[in-house]
Amino acid sequence: MQPAFSVIFLTVLIGAGQGLFLALYACELAGFGAAAGERTLLAGGAAVALVLSALGLLASFFHLGHPERAWRAAAMWRTSWLSREVIALPLFMAGLFAWGLAHALGVPGTRWLGALAAVLCLALYVCTAMVYASVRFLQEWASPLTLVNYLLIGCASGSLLAAALASFAAPSLVEPLALAALLLTLAALIGRAAALLRNAGLKPRSTLQTAIGIKHPAIVQRAQGFMGGSFNTREFFHGSSAGVLRSVKWFFLAAGFVLPAAMLLALPPSGPVLLAAVLVQLAGLLAERWFFFAQANHPQNLYYQAIS
Amino acid sequence: MTQLALVIDLNVCVGCHACVTSCKQWNTSGSAGPLTDDNPYAADPNGTFFNRVQTFEVGQYPATQTVHFPKSCLHCEDPPCVPVCPTGASYKRAEDGIVLVDYDKCIGCKYCSWACPYGAREFDEDRKVMTKCTLCVDRVTDKALPEAQRKPACVLACPSGARLFGDIHDPQSNVSVAITERGGYPLMPEWGTRPANHYLPRRRTQITLHAEDLQRQANPLKLDGKQPEPAHLEPGREDFAT
Repeated sequence: MQPAFSVIFLTVLIGAGQGLFLALYACELAGFGAAAGERTLLAGGAAVALVLSALGLLASFFHLGHPERAWRAAAMWRTSWLSREVIALPLFMAGLFAWGLAHALGVPGTRWLGALAAVLCLALYVCTAMVYASVRFLQEWASPLTLVNYLLIGCASGSLLAAALASFAAPSLVEPLALAALLLTLAALIGRAAALLRNAGLKPRSTLQTAIGIKHPAIVQRAQGFMGGSFNTREFFHGSSAGVLRSVKWFFLAAGFVLPAAMLLALPPSGPVLLAAVLVQLAGLLAERWFFFAQANHPQNLYYQAIS
Repeated sequence: MTQLALVIDLNVCVGCHACVTSCKQWNTSGSAGPLTDDNPYAADPNGTFFNRVQTFEVGQYPATQTVHFPKSCLHCEDPPCVPVCPTGASYKRAEDGIVLVDYDKCIGCKYCSWACPYGAREFDEDRKVMTKCTLCVDRVTDKALPEAQRKPACVLACPSGARLFGDIHDPQSNVSVAITERGGYPLMPEWGTRPANHYLPRRRTQITLHAEDLQRQANPLKLDGKQPEPAHLEPGREDFAT
C-alpha cells in the first residue's frame, strides 16, 4: 500500500493522546489529583491530549476527497469500522474535554467522567485498529496483533508523554510514569516484533492463477492495459525499494522502542531526558506507521505487474 | 431475484480494447460521467477507466498462449466494498444486483478500494470520488432504447462476441447456459466474494485429419485407371496439359 501521511499522523497522534489520557486517569485513580496544583497537571494533560486528538482529526481530513461531506461518514456505523471510528473520535474528545474541564474548575465527580472518557478511549482504540484489521484482503493487517499493537503503542507513547509532562509539574509522578512508559514500550516492542514475525511467514492467499483463473504454473503478465499509471498503481504500491523498507523497519524498531526504553533505563528521568525520549519515539512511531502501510500487500497488485 | 452480470469468453477475446474505449466513451458522456483524464496528450497520461484489458502469457516458449483478460467490476453477490463504506455511498441495488457508487454521497476516503481484492475501483482525481463500472445501468434500464440496445456499451462494442450480458440467476439466460455448459468460473474464489461476473476458459481447438479426407476414395478419375489422379505433391494435371 502507498502510506498516506494523513492517516499516519491521525493514528499516531490520536493514539498518543489516548494513551496520555489513560496514563493521567490511572494517576487519578491511584489517588493523585486531590490538591489544586495536581488538578492543574491533569487539566493541562487533558488539554495536551485534546490538542493531539484534534491534530489527528485535522490530519484525517486531508485524506478525504470531499472533506466538506465528512459528516456523512457517521451514517453506516452498523457495518463500517471507519464509520464507528468517525463517531468514537469526537465522542472521546468530548469526554476528554469534560474530564479536563471538571479538573480545571475543581468540580467533583471527575472519576466518573474519567471512567466514561476511558471507555470511549478504549472503544476508539478498537475502532481505529479494526479499520485496518477488518480488511481481510490485507493479510498483514488482518490479525488480532494489529489491535494489540495500536493499543500498546498508543499507551506507551502516551505514558511517556505523561512522564515528560509530570517532570515539569509533579515530580512525584515522574518515577511511576517513567516506569509505566518503560514497561509499555517493551510490551509494544514485543507485540510489534510478533507482528513482524507473523508477517514474514505470511503466504498470500491469492495467486496469479486464482486472479485470472488459469491453472498453469507459468503465467507472466505482458501488459496491464495502460502505460501511464492509474489509481491502482498509485494507491497500492509504495514504490520504495526493499532496502528502504528494511532500513525503515530497523529505524522504527530502534527509535520507536529500543532507544526510548534504553533512555528510560540508563538515564535519570529528568525533564530534558524525557522530552528527548518523547521526540525520538514520535519519529520512530511515525516510521512504524509508514512501514505498517507500506508492508501491506494488496491482492489487486497481482493484476499490475507489468506495464507493457 | 435478478443478478445482472457479464460473462467474458477468454477463448475469443482478441485484446482489441474496443470494450475499453466504448466504455470510456459511453460513461464519460453518460449519467455516470465524466470519467476524467489528466494529461491525455502529454507526458504521464492518466485517467479513470471502468474497464481494462490486460494481457498474460501462459506457459513456456514455444508452448505459450496469449490470454487477453478484460477486467472490470465483478458486481459481487457478497460485495466486500459495500459494508465498509462509512457514508452508504457504495451500495448494491436490490432489484438487479448492480454495485454502484452515489457520487453525491462519496467523501473520497478510498476505503472501499482497499476492501476490493480485484482492484476494480478507480478514484477519480478530478472529481475526488470513487468510481467504478456501473454495468451501464443507464443503458440497460432505459426503456426508450430498443431491446437489443439495452446492453452495456462494452458488450455492444465487442467485435468477437466475447462479452455476454444477462441475469445469472435465471437458469435459462444466455449467461447461465454459457457458465454451466462451458465451465464459467469466478475470479479469486478464495475470498468468498461470489463475483457475479464469470469468465469462460480457453478451449482446445483440435481437428483430426484422416487420409481418406485428403484423398477421395471414390474419385471417378481413379476408378477406371486410365487417367490416374496425380499422387500427392506430384506434377498436377495442368502439367500434362501443356
